[in-house]
Amino acid sequence: MSSNIVVRHGTDLREDEIVRYTLKERMCHWVAGFSYLYLLATGLALFTPYLYWIAYVLGGGATIRFWHPWVGLIFLFGVLWMHQMWKDDMKTTKEDLAWRETIKAYVTNNDENVAPAGHFNSGQKTFYWVMFYGTLGLLVTGIFMWFPEWLSQGSGRSLHWVMSLMVFLHCVSALFTIGAFIIHIYMGIFFVSGGLHGILFGRVSTTWVKAHHPLWADKVVKEDRSRVSSSSFK
Amino acid sequence: MSNGTLEVKAISGHRGGTPGKGVSRDYDVCKLVDTTTCIGCKACEVACLEWNGYEFRDTTFDNSHQTMPDTAWNFWNLIRFDERPSDDGTLQWLMRKDQCMHCADPGCLLACPADGAIVQYTNGIVDFNQEHCIGCQYCTTGCPFSIPKFNAETKKVYKCTLCSDRVGAGLEPACIKSCPTGCLHFGSKEDMLFEANKRVSQLQKNTQWTKAGVYDPAGVGGTHVIYVLGDASNPEAYGGLPANPTVPFFVKMWKGPLKWLGGIAMGLGIASIVGHYVRYGPKGVESAGDQGRAK
Repeated sequence: MSSNIVVRHGTDLREDEIVRYTLKERMCHWVAGFSYLYLLATGLALFTPYLYWIAYVLGGGATIRFWHPWVGLIFLFGVLWMHQMWKDDMKTTKEDLAWRETIKAYVTNNDENVAPAGHFNSGQKTFYWVMFYGTLGLLVTGIFMWFPEWLSQGSGRSLHWVMSLMVFLHCVSALFTIGAFIIHIYMGIFFVSGGLHGILFGRVSTTWVKAHHPLWADKVVKEDRSRVSSSSFK
Repeated sequence: MSNGTLEVKAISGHRGGTPGKGVSRDYDVCKLVDTTTCIGCKACEVACLEWNGYEFRDTTFDNSHQTMPDTAWNFWNLIRFDERPSDDGTLQWLMRKDQCMHCADPGCLLACPADGAIVQYTNGIVDFNQEHCIGCQYCTTGCPFSIPKFNAETKKVYKCTLCSDRVGAGLEPACIKSCPTGCLHFGSKEDMLFEANKRVSQLQKNTQWTKAGVYDPAGVGGTHVIYVLGDASNPEAYGGLPANPTVPFFVKMWKGPLKWLGGIAMGLGIASIVGHYVRYGPKGVESAGDQGRAK
Protein backbone atom coordinates (compact mmCIF):
# COMPACT_ATOMS: atom_id res chain seq x y z
CA MET A 1 0.00 0.00 0.00
CA SER A 2 1.44 3.30 -1.03
CA SER A 3 -0.31 5.54 1.48
CA ASN A 4 -1.62 5.04 4.94
CA ILE A 5 -4.88 6.73 3.93
CA VAL A 6 -7.18 4.74 1.70
CA VAL A 7 -10.30 6.38 0.34
CA ARG A 8 -13.14 4.11 -0.60
CA HIS A 9 -16.72 5.12 -1.01
CA GLY A 10 -16.09 8.37 0.77
CA THR A 11 -14.40 6.73 3.68
CA ASP A 12 -11.09 7.73 5.20
CA LEU A 13 -9.27 4.65 6.24
CA ARG A 14 -6.32 4.25 8.54
CA GLU A 15 -3.75 1.52 8.26
CA ASP A 16 -5.28 -0.66 10.97
CA GLU A 17 -8.85 -0.18 9.85
CA ILE A 18 -11.24 -1.91 7.48
CA VAL A 19 -14.24 -0.51 5.66
CA ARG A 20 -17.20 -2.19 7.26
CA TYR A 21 -19.95 -0.09 5.72
CA THR A 22 -19.57 1.96 2.56
CA LEU A 23 -21.03 5.45 2.40
CA LYS A 24 -23.97 4.11 0.43
CA GLU A 25 -24.68 1.46 3.04
CA ARG A 26 -24.46 4.00 5.83
CA MET A 27 -26.72 6.48 4.06
CA CYS A 28 -29.22 3.75 3.43
CA HIS A 29 -29.08 2.62 7.05
CA TRP A 30 -29.73 6.10 8.38
CA VAL A 31 -32.51 6.88 5.93
CA ALA A 32 -34.22 3.77 7.22
CA GLY A 33 -33.16 4.45 10.80
CA PHE A 34 -34.33 8.03 11.14
CA SER A 35 -37.55 7.46 9.24
CA TYR A 36 -38.21 4.46 11.48
CA LEU A 37 -37.70 6.58 14.59
CA TYR A 38 -40.34 9.03 13.37
CA LEU A 39 -42.70 6.21 12.46
CA LEU A 40 -42.13 4.61 15.85
CA ALA A 41 -42.83 7.81 17.77
CA THR A 42 -45.92 8.77 15.78
CA GLY A 43 -47.18 5.20 15.61
CA LEU A 44 -46.91 4.77 19.37
CA ALA A 45 -48.74 8.09 19.85
CA LEU A 46 -51.70 6.62 17.98
CA PHE A 47 -51.31 3.18 19.55
CA THR A 48 -51.92 4.15 23.17
CA PRO A 49 -53.40 7.20 24.93
CA TYR A 50 -50.48 7.06 27.37
CA LEU A 51 -48.17 8.13 24.56
CA TYR A 52 -50.51 10.53 22.74
CA TRP A 53 -48.42 13.37 24.18
CA ILE A 54 -45.89 12.55 21.46
CA ALA A 55 -48.46 13.81 18.97
CA TYR A 56 -48.46 17.23 20.65
CA VAL A 57 -44.65 17.32 20.65
CA LEU A 58 -44.54 16.51 16.94
CA GLY A 59 -47.07 19.07 15.79
CA GLY A 60 -50.45 17.64 16.77
CA GLY A 61 -52.47 14.56 15.93
CA ALA A 62 -53.60 15.75 12.51
CA THR A 63 -50.00 16.58 11.59
CA ILE A 64 -48.60 13.20 12.51
CA ARG A 65 -51.53 11.48 10.80
CA PHE A 66 -50.58 13.39 7.65
CA TRP A 67 -46.84 12.69 7.78
CA HIS A 68 -46.77 9.14 9.11
CA PRO A 69 -47.68 7.52 5.76
CA TRP A 70 -45.33 9.75 3.78
CA VAL A 71 -42.44 9.01 6.10
CA GLY A 72 -43.51 5.39 5.80
CA LEU A 73 -42.75 5.63 2.09
CA ILE A 74 -39.28 7.03 2.86
CA PHE A 75 -38.72 4.12 5.24
CA LEU A 76 -39.92 1.72 2.57
CA PHE A 77 -37.48 3.26 0.14
CA GLY A 78 -34.66 2.78 2.68
CA VAL A 79 -35.61 -0.82 3.30
CA LEU A 80 -35.88 -1.72 -0.38
CA TRP A 81 -32.57 -0.02 -1.09
CA MET A 82 -31.01 -1.94 1.77
CA HIS A 83 -32.56 -5.15 0.51
CA GLN A 84 -31.05 -4.61 -2.89
CA MET A 85 -27.60 -4.18 -1.28
CA TRP A 86 -27.71 -6.75 1.49
CA LYS A 87 -30.13 -9.49 0.56
CA ASP A 88 -27.33 -11.86 -0.44
CA ASP A 89 -25.36 -11.04 2.69
CA MET A 90 -28.41 -11.83 4.77
CA LYS A 91 -28.87 -15.41 3.58
CA THR A 92 -28.50 -18.01 6.29
CA THR A 93 -25.29 -20.01 6.03
CA LYS A 94 -24.13 -23.12 7.83
CA GLU A 95 -21.86 -20.92 9.91
CA ASP A 96 -24.99 -19.15 11.09
CA LEU A 97 -26.46 -22.44 12.23
CA ALA A 98 -23.32 -23.08 14.25
CA TRP A 99 -23.46 -19.54 15.65
CA ARG A 100 -27.04 -20.01 16.76
CA GLU A 101 -25.99 -23.11 18.70
CA THR A 102 -23.72 -20.86 20.75
CA ILE A 103 -26.06 -17.90 21.11
CA LYS A 104 -26.23 -18.36 24.87
CA ALA A 105 -22.49 -17.90 25.07
CA TYR A 106 -22.79 -14.81 22.87
CA VAL A 107 -25.49 -13.25 25.02
CA THR A 108 -23.59 -13.92 28.25
CA ASN A 109 -20.32 -12.52 26.87
CA ASN A 110 -18.71 -15.94 27.06
CA ASP A 111 -17.07 -15.04 23.77
CA GLU A 112 -14.44 -17.77 23.66
CA ASN A 113 -17.22 -20.27 23.08
CA VAL A 114 -19.07 -18.35 20.35
CA ALA A 115 -18.91 -19.86 16.89
CA PRO A 116 -17.25 -17.47 14.41
CA ALA A 117 -19.55 -15.19 12.43
CA GLY A 118 -19.24 -13.79 8.91
CA HIS A 119 -20.03 -10.28 7.64
CA PHE A 120 -23.26 -10.35 9.61
CA ASN A 121 -23.92 -12.75 12.45
CA SER A 122 -27.11 -14.74 12.62
CA GLY A 123 -28.68 -12.33 15.09
CA GLN A 124 -28.16 -9.42 12.75
CA LYS A 125 -29.66 -11.43 9.93
CA THR A 126 -32.67 -12.30 12.04
CA PHE A 127 -33.14 -8.62 12.84
CA TYR A 128 -32.90 -7.81 9.17
CA TRP A 129 -35.58 -10.29 8.15
CA VAL A 130 -37.93 -9.30 10.97
CA MET A 131 -37.66 -5.69 9.80
CA PHE A 132 -37.97 -6.64 6.13
CA TYR A 133 -41.10 -8.75 6.49
CA GLY A 134 -42.44 -6.39 9.14
CA THR A 135 -42.08 -3.57 6.63
CA LEU A 136 -43.98 -5.53 3.99
CA GLY A 137 -46.77 -6.17 6.50
CA LEU A 138 -46.83 -2.52 7.51
CA LEU A 139 -46.87 -1.47 3.88
CA VAL A 140 -49.81 -3.62 2.81
CA THR A 141 -51.92 -2.76 5.85
CA GLY A 142 -50.69 0.84 5.93
CA ILE A 143 -51.83 1.63 2.42
CA PHE A 144 -55.37 0.71 3.36
CA MET A 145 -55.08 2.74 6.55
CA TRP A 146 -53.85 5.70 4.53
CA PHE A 147 -57.08 5.60 2.53
CA PRO A 148 -59.55 3.73 4.76
CA GLU A 149 -62.49 5.09 2.78
CA TRP A 150 -61.63 2.52 0.09
CA LEU A 151 -62.84 -0.26 2.32
CA SER A 152 -65.04 1.34 4.91
CA GLN A 153 -67.16 3.69 2.85
CA GLY A 154 -69.11 3.64 -0.35
CA SER A 155 -69.45 -0.06 -0.91
CA GLY A 156 -71.41 -0.50 2.30
CA ARG A 157 -70.54 -2.89 5.04
CA SER A 158 -69.39 -5.92 3.08
CA LEU A 159 -65.66 -5.15 3.42
CA HIS A 160 -65.98 -3.25 6.66
CA TRP A 161 -64.41 -5.93 8.85
CA VAL A 162 -61.34 -6.10 6.57
CA MET A 163 -60.40 -2.58 7.60
CA SER A 164 -60.38 -3.46 11.29
CA LEU A 165 -58.21 -6.48 10.47
CA MET A 166 -55.80 -4.18 8.62
CA VAL A 167 -55.39 -1.91 11.64
CA PHE A 168 -54.91 -4.92 13.90
CA LEU A 169 -52.26 -6.45 11.65
CA HIS A 170 -50.53 -3.07 11.29
CA CYS A 171 -50.17 -2.98 15.07
CA VAL A 172 -48.99 -6.59 15.24
CA SER A 173 -46.38 -6.03 12.51
CA ALA A 174 -45.24 -2.84 14.21
CA LEU A 175 -44.89 -4.59 17.57
CA PHE A 176 -42.67 -7.26 16.03
CA THR A 177 -40.43 -4.60 14.52
CA ILE A 178 -40.37 -2.69 17.81
CA GLY A 179 -39.23 -5.80 19.66
CA ALA A 180 -36.45 -6.27 17.13
CA PHE A 181 -35.67 -2.57 17.18
CA ILE A 182 -35.24 -2.42 20.95
CA ILE A 183 -32.68 -5.22 20.72
CA HIS A 184 -31.02 -3.58 17.72
CA ILE A 185 -30.56 -0.26 19.52
CA TYR A 186 -29.23 -2.03 22.58
CA MET A 187 -26.81 -4.15 20.59
CA GLY A 188 -25.62 -1.39 18.32
CA ILE A 189 -25.17 1.36 20.87
CA PHE A 190 -24.58 -0.35 24.20
CA PHE A 191 -23.82 -4.04 24.02
CA VAL A 192 -21.37 -4.20 21.14
CA SER A 193 -18.86 -1.42 21.71
CA GLY A 194 -17.74 0.11 18.46
CA GLY A 195 -20.85 -0.96 16.58
CA LEU A 196 -22.29 2.56 16.46
CA HIS A 197 -18.93 3.94 15.34
CA GLY A 198 -18.93 1.46 12.50
CA ILE A 199 -22.32 2.39 11.13
CA LEU A 200 -21.64 6.11 11.61
CA PHE A 201 -18.21 6.35 9.99
CA GLY A 202 -17.99 3.09 8.12
CA ARG A 203 -14.60 2.02 9.40
CA VAL A 204 -13.70 -0.38 12.17
CA SER A 205 -10.42 -1.66 13.48
CA THR A 206 -9.15 -4.99 12.30
CA THR A 207 -9.11 -6.17 15.90
CA TRP A 208 -12.78 -5.30 16.18
CA VAL A 209 -13.60 -7.24 13.06
CA LYS A 210 -11.54 -10.19 14.19
CA ALA A 211 -13.38 -10.19 17.50
CA HIS A 212 -16.92 -9.82 16.17
CA HIS A 213 -16.86 -11.06 12.58
CA PRO A 214 -13.82 -13.35 12.35
CA LEU A 215 -14.89 -15.21 9.20
CA TRP A 216 -15.40 -11.93 7.37
CA ALA A 217 -12.13 -10.63 8.81
CA ASP A 218 -10.27 -13.60 7.38
CA LYS A 219 -11.67 -12.81 3.98
CA VAL A 220 -11.44 -9.05 4.01
CA VAL A 221 -8.11 -8.52 5.66
CA LYS A 222 -6.42 -10.79 3.18
CA GLU A 223 -8.26 -10.11 -0.04
CA ASP A 224 -10.34 -7.01 0.11
CA ARG A 225 -7.84 -4.71 1.72
CA SER A 226 -5.29 -5.24 -0.99
CA ARG A 227 -7.96 -4.37 -3.54
CA VAL A 228 -9.22 -1.39 -1.65
CA SER A 229 -6.36 0.94 -2.44
CA SER A 230 -6.45 0.47 -6.18
CA SER A 231 -10.05 0.05 -7.23
CA SER A 232 -13.74 0.64 -6.61
CA PHE A 233 -14.06 4.33 -6.05
CA LYS A 234 -17.53 4.29 -7.49
CA MET B 1 -77.04 18.20 28.59
CA SER B 2 -79.08 16.33 31.07
CA ASN B 3 -81.51 18.06 33.40
CA GLY B 4 -79.61 16.37 36.20
CA THR B 5 -76.85 18.95 36.03
CA LEU B 6 -79.18 21.65 37.32
CA GLU B 7 -80.72 19.51 40.00
CA VAL B 8 -80.18 21.00 43.48
CA LYS B 9 -77.61 19.02 45.45
CA ALA B 10 -77.11 21.18 48.53
CA ILE B 11 -78.55 24.43 49.91
CA SER B 12 -76.78 26.87 52.22
CA GLY B 13 -78.20 27.56 55.68
CA HIS B 14 -80.78 24.85 55.25
CA ARG B 15 -81.82 22.48 58.01
CA GLY B 16 -82.59 18.87 57.18
CA GLY B 17 -82.73 17.23 53.78
CA THR B 18 -82.31 19.13 50.57
CA PRO B 19 -85.63 19.58 48.81
CA GLY B 20 -85.55 18.32 45.25
CA LYS B 21 -82.43 16.24 45.72
CA GLY B 22 -82.63 12.98 43.80
CA VAL B 23 -86.27 13.38 42.79
CA SER B 24 -85.58 14.05 39.14
CA ARG B 25 -84.80 11.06 36.98
CA ASP B 26 -81.36 11.16 35.44
CA TYR B 27 -82.52 11.42 31.88
CA ASP B 28 -80.66 9.69 29.17
CA VAL B 29 -82.13 10.75 25.88
CA CYS B 30 -83.46 8.54 23.13
CA LYS B 31 -85.04 8.84 19.72
CA LEU B 32 -87.79 6.42 18.86
CA VAL B 33 -88.36 5.77 15.16
CA ASP B 34 -91.54 3.90 14.36
CA THR B 35 -90.91 2.53 10.87
CA THR B 36 -94.53 1.45 10.52
CA THR B 37 -95.75 5.03 10.43
CA CYS B 38 -92.94 6.55 8.38
CA ILE B 39 -94.23 7.76 5.03
CA GLY B 40 -90.85 8.63 3.58
CA CYS B 41 -91.58 12.34 3.30
CA LYS B 42 -87.95 13.16 4.17
CA ALA B 43 -88.90 16.19 6.25
CA CYS B 44 -86.39 14.93 8.83
CA GLU B 45 -83.63 15.03 6.20
CA VAL B 46 -84.46 18.63 5.41
CA ALA B 47 -84.75 19.66 9.05
CA CYS B 48 -81.36 18.06 9.76
CA LEU B 49 -79.70 19.97 6.93
CA GLU B 50 -81.35 23.24 7.92
CA TRP B 51 -80.49 23.04 11.60
CA ASN B 52 -76.89 22.00 10.98
CA GLY B 53 -76.42 24.50 8.16
CA TYR B 54 -75.49 22.15 5.37
CA GLU B 55 -76.30 22.61 1.70
CA PHE B 56 -79.02 20.62 0.08
CA ARG B 57 -77.64 17.93 -2.14
CA ASP B 58 -78.61 16.76 -5.57
CA THR B 59 -80.63 13.61 -5.35
CA THR B 60 -80.03 10.54 -7.45
CA PHE B 61 -82.81 8.60 -9.14
CA ASP B 62 -82.71 4.82 -9.15
CA ASN B 63 -86.36 4.14 -9.99
CA SER B 64 -87.32 4.03 -6.35
CA HIS B 65 -87.98 6.33 -3.46
CA GLN B 66 -84.32 6.09 -2.49
CA THR B 67 -83.14 9.64 -3.08
CA MET B 68 -79.45 9.01 -2.53
CA PRO B 69 -77.35 5.94 -1.85
CA ASP B 70 -75.81 6.80 1.50
CA THR B 71 -75.40 9.32 4.24
CA ALA B 72 -72.49 11.73 3.81
CA TRP B 73 -70.25 13.91 5.95
CA ASN B 74 -72.75 16.76 5.47
CA PHE B 75 -75.89 14.60 5.18
CA TRP B 76 -76.43 12.79 8.45
CA ASN B 77 -80.01 11.67 8.17
CA LEU B 78 -81.24 9.52 5.29
CA ILE B 79 -84.49 7.69 4.75
CA ARG B 80 -83.58 4.23 3.51
CA PHE B 81 -86.13 2.67 1.24
CA ASP B 82 -86.76 -0.97 0.52
CA GLU B 83 -89.47 -2.41 -1.69
CA ARG B 84 -90.19 -6.06 -1.11
CA PRO B 85 -93.05 -8.48 -1.59
CA SER B 86 -94.93 -9.63 1.49
CA ASP B 87 -96.26 -13.14 2.04
CA ASP B 88 -99.61 -12.40 0.39
CA GLY B 89 -97.92 -11.11 -2.78
CA THR B 90 -98.57 -7.45 -2.13
CA LEU B 91 -95.71 -4.98 -2.02
CA GLN B 92 -94.23 -3.56 1.15
CA TRP B 93 -92.57 -0.20 1.18
CA LEU B 94 -90.16 -0.21 4.07
CA MET B 95 -88.82 3.16 5.18
CA ARG B 96 -86.19 3.62 7.83
CA LYS B 97 -84.67 6.83 9.05
CA ASP B 98 -80.94 6.10 9.13
CA GLN B 99 -78.58 8.12 11.32
CA CYS B 100 -76.08 7.61 14.11
CA MET B 101 -77.49 5.16 16.62
CA HIS B 102 -75.64 6.67 19.59
CA CYS B 103 -74.59 3.28 20.97
CA ALA B 104 -74.16 2.82 24.69
CA ASP B 105 -70.87 1.02 23.87
CA PRO B 106 -69.72 3.10 20.90
CA GLY B 107 -67.21 1.39 18.63
CA CYS B 108 -66.14 4.72 17.16
CA LEU B 109 -65.10 6.00 20.56
CA LEU B 110 -63.28 2.77 21.35
CA ALA B 111 -61.31 2.90 18.10
CA CYS B 112 -60.45 6.63 18.17
CA PRO B 113 -56.82 7.40 19.12
CA ALA B 114 -57.22 11.20 19.38
CA ASP B 115 -57.64 12.66 22.85
CA GLY B 116 -61.09 14.23 23.11
CA ALA B 117 -62.15 13.77 19.50
CA ILE B 118 -65.15 11.65 20.45
CA VAL B 119 -67.11 12.13 23.64
CA GLN B 120 -70.00 10.26 25.13
CA TYR B 121 -72.26 12.30 27.37
CA THR B 122 -74.04 10.82 30.35
CA ASN B 123 -77.30 11.44 28.52
CA GLY B 124 -76.19 8.90 25.91
CA ILE B 125 -75.24 11.24 23.08
CA VAL B 126 -72.02 10.30 21.29
CA ASP B 127 -70.53 13.42 19.76
CA PHE B 128 -67.53 14.19 17.55
CA ASN B 129 -65.30 17.17 18.35
CA GLN B 130 -63.84 18.02 14.97
CA GLU B 131 -61.20 20.32 16.48
CA HIS B 132 -59.58 17.27 18.06
CA CYS B 133 -60.19 14.91 15.14
CA ILE B 134 -56.99 13.92 13.34
CA GLY B 135 -58.68 12.35 10.32
CA CYS B 136 -57.36 8.83 10.81
CA GLN B 137 -60.85 7.35 10.34
CA TYR B 138 -60.33 4.59 12.88
CA CYS B 139 -63.87 5.47 14.03
CA THR B 140 -65.25 4.22 10.72
CA THR B 141 -63.64 0.83 11.37
CA GLY B 142 -65.23 0.68 14.82
CA CYS B 143 -68.78 1.58 13.80
CA PRO B 144 -71.02 -1.39 12.95
CA PHE B 145 -73.51 0.93 11.26
CA SER B 146 -71.07 2.66 8.83
CA ILE B 147 -72.13 6.07 10.13
CA PRO B 148 -69.04 8.32 10.49
CA LYS B 149 -68.19 9.95 7.16
CA PHE B 150 -64.89 11.50 6.14
CA ASN B 151 -64.58 14.92 4.56
CA ALA B 152 -61.52 14.72 2.32
CA GLU B 153 -61.23 18.50 2.25
CA THR B 154 -61.23 19.23 5.97
CA LYS B 155 -59.70 15.83 6.81
CA LYS B 156 -62.24 15.40 9.58
CA VAL B 157 -65.02 12.94 10.26
CA TYR B 158 -68.63 13.98 10.82
CA LYS B 159 -71.90 12.42 11.87
CA CYS B 160 -75.24 13.05 13.52
CA THR B 161 -74.85 14.81 16.87
CA LEU B 162 -78.34 13.87 18.04
CA CYS B 163 -78.65 17.65 18.03
CA SER B 164 -76.55 17.87 21.19
CA ASP B 165 -76.73 21.64 20.87
CA ARG B 166 -80.53 21.61 20.84
CA VAL B 167 -80.84 18.91 23.48
CA GLY B 168 -78.49 20.87 25.73
CA ALA B 169 -80.89 23.79 25.49
CA GLY B 170 -83.86 21.61 26.33
CA LEU B 171 -85.12 21.26 22.77
CA GLU B 172 -85.90 18.08 20.87
CA PRO B 173 -83.68 17.18 17.88
CA ALA B 174 -84.53 18.92 14.60
CA CYS B 175 -85.63 15.70 12.86
CA ILE B 176 -88.11 14.94 15.64
CA LYS B 177 -89.60 18.41 15.43
CA SER B 178 -90.22 18.10 11.71
CA CYS B 179 -91.94 14.72 11.58
CA PRO B 180 -95.52 15.10 10.36
CA THR B 181 -96.79 11.60 11.14
CA GLY B 182 -95.63 11.24 14.71
CA CYS B 183 -93.37 8.42 13.68
CA LEU B 184 -90.49 10.12 15.50
CA HIS B 185 -90.49 10.50 19.26
CA PHE B 186 -87.95 11.86 21.67
CA GLY B 187 -87.59 11.44 25.42
CA SER B 188 -85.80 9.35 28.00
CA LYS B 189 -84.70 5.88 27.01
CA GLU B 190 -87.04 4.43 29.57
CA ASP B 191 -90.03 6.32 28.20
CA MET B 192 -89.16 5.55 24.58
CA LEU B 193 -88.81 1.84 25.32
CA PHE B 194 -92.19 1.95 27.05
CA GLU B 195 -93.75 3.68 24.04
CA ALA B 196 -92.05 1.32 21.63
CA ASN B 197 -93.23 -1.79 23.41
CA LYS B 198 -96.74 -0.41 23.61
CA ARG B 199 -96.69 0.19 19.87
CA VAL B 200 -95.31 -3.28 19.20
CA SER B 201 -98.09 -5.01 21.11
CA GLN B 202 -100.61 -2.81 19.31
CA LEU B 203 -99.13 -3.82 15.94
CA GLN B 204 -99.04 -7.50 16.82
CA LYS B 205 -102.65 -7.43 17.99
CA ASN B 206 -104.26 -5.23 15.35
CA THR B 207 -102.22 -5.45 12.13
CA GLN B 208 -100.54 -7.99 9.90
CA TRP B 209 -97.21 -7.10 11.59
CA THR B 210 -97.28 -10.10 13.86
CA LYS B 211 -93.49 -10.19 14.02
CA ALA B 212 -93.21 -6.57 15.07
CA GLY B 213 -90.52 -5.76 17.60
CA VAL B 214 -88.22 -3.17 19.12
CA TYR B 215 -84.72 -2.75 17.74
CA ASP B 216 -82.38 -1.87 20.62
CA PRO B 217 -79.38 -4.07 19.83
CA ALA B 218 -77.64 -5.53 22.89
CA GLY B 219 -74.41 -6.14 20.99
CA VAL B 220 -73.53 -2.46 21.30
CA GLY B 221 -74.99 -2.11 24.78
CA GLY B 222 -78.30 -0.83 23.44
CA THR B 223 -78.69 2.37 21.45
CA HIS B 224 -80.06 5.84 22.03
CA VAL B 225 -81.94 5.60 18.77
CA ILE B 226 -84.40 2.72 18.81
CA TYR B 227 -86.72 1.44 16.12
CA VAL B 228 -90.11 -0.18 16.03
CA LEU B 229 -89.79 -2.61 13.13
CA GLY B 230 -92.82 -4.19 11.48
CA ASP B 231 -90.80 -7.35 11.05
CA ALA B 232 -88.20 -7.49 13.79
CA SER B 233 -87.09 -10.95 12.64
CA ASN B 234 -85.50 -9.39 9.58
CA PRO B 235 -83.91 -6.02 10.36
CA GLU B 236 -81.74 -6.31 7.24
CA ALA B 237 -84.87 -5.67 5.17
CA TYR B 238 -84.95 -2.16 6.59
CA GLY B 239 -82.16 -0.62 4.55
CA GLY B 240 -79.56 -3.10 5.74
CA LEU B 241 -80.03 -2.62 9.47
CA PRO B 242 -77.61 -5.19 10.96
CA ALA B 243 -79.38 -7.96 12.86
CA ASN B 244 -76.69 -8.29 15.54
CA PRO B 245 -74.41 -5.26 15.39
CA THR B 246 -71.25 -5.47 17.46
CA VAL B 247 -68.00 -3.57 17.55
CA PRO B 248 -65.81 -5.50 15.05
CA PHE B 249 -63.82 -8.32 16.65
CA PHE B 250 -60.44 -7.02 15.54
CA VAL B 251 -61.15 -3.54 16.90
CA LYS B 252 -61.83 -5.10 20.29
CA MET B 253 -58.67 -7.21 20.06
CA TRP B 254 -56.58 -4.25 18.95
CA LYS B 255 -57.88 -1.89 21.63
CA GLY B 256 -58.01 -4.63 24.26
CA PRO B 257 -55.47 -7.43 24.60
CA LEU B 258 -53.11 -6.21 21.88
CA LYS B 259 -52.73 -2.80 23.48
CA TRP B 260 -51.96 -4.28 26.87
CA LEU B 261 -49.81 -7.15 25.67
CA GLY B 262 -47.93 -4.79 23.36
CA GLY B 263 -47.34 -2.30 26.14
CA ILE B 264 -46.22 -4.97 28.57
CA ALA B 265 -43.94 -6.55 25.96
CA MET B 266 -42.30 -3.22 25.14
CA GLY B 267 -41.84 -2.42 28.82
CA LEU B 268 -40.40 -5.85 29.58
CA GLY B 269 -38.16 -5.58 26.52
CA ILE B 270 -36.64 -2.34 27.73
CA ALA B 271 -36.36 -3.63 31.28
CA SER B 272 -34.65 -6.77 29.99
CA ILE B 273 -31.96 -4.95 28.06
CA VAL B 274 -31.24 -2.68 31.00
CA GLY B 275 -31.00 -5.76 33.22
CA HIS B 276 -28.79 -7.48 30.71
CA TYR B 277 -26.49 -4.50 30.44
CA VAL B 278 -26.11 -4.25 34.18
CA ARG B 279 -25.48 -8.00 34.49
CA TYR B 280 -23.17 -8.62 31.53
CA GLY B 281 -22.01 -5.19 30.40
CA PRO B 282 -20.71 -4.38 26.97
CA LYS B 283 -19.18 -6.98 24.71
CA GLY B 284 -15.54 -6.09 24.19
CA VAL B 285 -14.48 -2.58 23.35
CA GLU B 286 -13.19 -0.95 20.23
CA SER B 287 -9.60 -1.76 21.10
CA ALA B 288 -10.25 -5.03 22.86
CA GLY B 289 -8.66 -7.16 20.20
CA ASP B 290 -6.69 -8.96 22.88
CA GLN B 291 -9.94 -10.51 24.08
CA GLY B 292 -10.36 -11.82 20.55
CA ARG B 293 -11.69 -15.24 19.83
CA ALA B 294 -10.39 -18.53 20.96
CA LYS B 295 -11.23 -20.50 17.87
